[in-house]
Amino acid sequence: MKINNIKIFAVAILASMTAFNCSDDDDSINIPDGPDFSGTYIQQDQMARPAINTVLVNDGMKDAFNTTVPSNMGAMFAEPFQAKLEALSPAYDPANPTDANALGFTAEAFAGVLATDVLTVSLDGETTFFNPASGATLTGRTLADDVIDVELILIFGGEEGLSNPEVPGLVSDNVDGNDKPFLTSFPYLASPHM
Amino acid sequence: MKKTKILIATAIVCIATFVAIAADHIDAPAVTGGTSDITDFYAFSGEDNSNIAFVANVQGLLLPGDTGSASFDENVLIEINIDTDEDAVQDLVIQAIPRDGRMYFFGPYATNSTDLSSSIGTTSSIQGVVDITQYGENAITATANNMTFFAGPRDDPFFFDFDQFNSILDPDNSASSFNDPGIDKFAGTNVLSVVVEVPKSMIGGSGNINTWVETKRKQ
Repeated sequence: MKINNIKIFAVAILASMTAFNCSDDDDSINIPDGPDFSGTYIQQDQMARPAINTVLVNDGMKDAFNTTVPSNMGAMFAEPFQAKLEALSPAYDPANPTDANALGFTAEAFAGVLATDVLTVSLDGETTFFNPASGATLTGRTLADDVIDVELILIFGGEEGLSNPEVPGLVSDNVDGNDKPFLTSFPYLASPHM
Repeated sequence: MKKTKILIATAIVCIATFVAIAADHIDAPAVTGGTSDITDFYAFSGEDNSNIAFVANVQGLLLPGDTGSASFDENVLIEINIDTDEDAVQDLVIQAIPRDGRMYFFGPYATNSTDLSSSIGTTSSIQGVVDITQYGENAITATANNMTFFAGPRDDPFFFDFDQFNSILDPDNSASSFNDPGIDKFAGTNVLSVVVEVPKSMIGGSGNINTWVETKRKQ
């Protein structure tokens, strides 16, 4: 009986997948004078801040992270992110909950910020992930921003991450810029490698 | 019993094929290098600083020899989400979808959907279109509604010694720090880029926005 139920379930899933597949061809409406934009599009990937899924989401949850709307991410990912930060970095000592990074965030506070994966962009001032010269922080992301070093400093640097990092070998990947110069005008990205 | 196992396995493979073609910048366990694979997202003041430029890149780590044959997938919608009131729920979207060598843009238009599903905003009064630049061609751009559009292959702007990072995290590897100099994993590689520049007045005007990009596949 149990095995039969599983069989029926499996067949039902197969059938529904096949039906989905077939309906692709059937539900398009042909507009003679323009492209067809009909249909429903289902989410597969998303990102905001760089490398969040790469670094902080555990294996097995990476696809779930990509299909969780940002307003629901905090509840799902803040706790695992805190655990991940504490496991990754000696700069966050779980026995010392006030242990913080260069922005003054404890592991718990930093995880809380990162878990809702949106990129905050200023419409009024400088837009940068971090500019040590001006002090602007998390107000956008330019092509040239060395976002990996910023994240490494905030994960491995401790309270004085910029000047006196706790784990000096892990606060920069020593790749400081792109291999091609960016353009000052639209579309800003360098031409492709030939 | 054996048959049941095969059935289940077949069902799982089917589900994986249909649902889980999703990965981030070569990081998620499912299929990397799929046509919906986002590699990077940027948002910054344009050359004219009354505008914000959004850059959404997909299909990373394209070698020059593979770039000419790479193309945007007509079944993959690229959607830039904009939250203007700091609740992490999108208030506006800009959608980009390719059709027959051209990239079509809809929005920014208002939406309050928090769904993982979208339809294309063909009724939006704000629309644009640009010919997709082919590999080896000079960048083709287009403007409409004070917005500027580009779609096509570009150099991957990302830089990171990703392999050394993975070695450091690997418990079976003795690496404990980065090398100096590091090796940029993304040097010499291309991506497919969508760039759209939008007047700030069309996305909230002042203050902060929160933004993120999604790819969605036609069902």
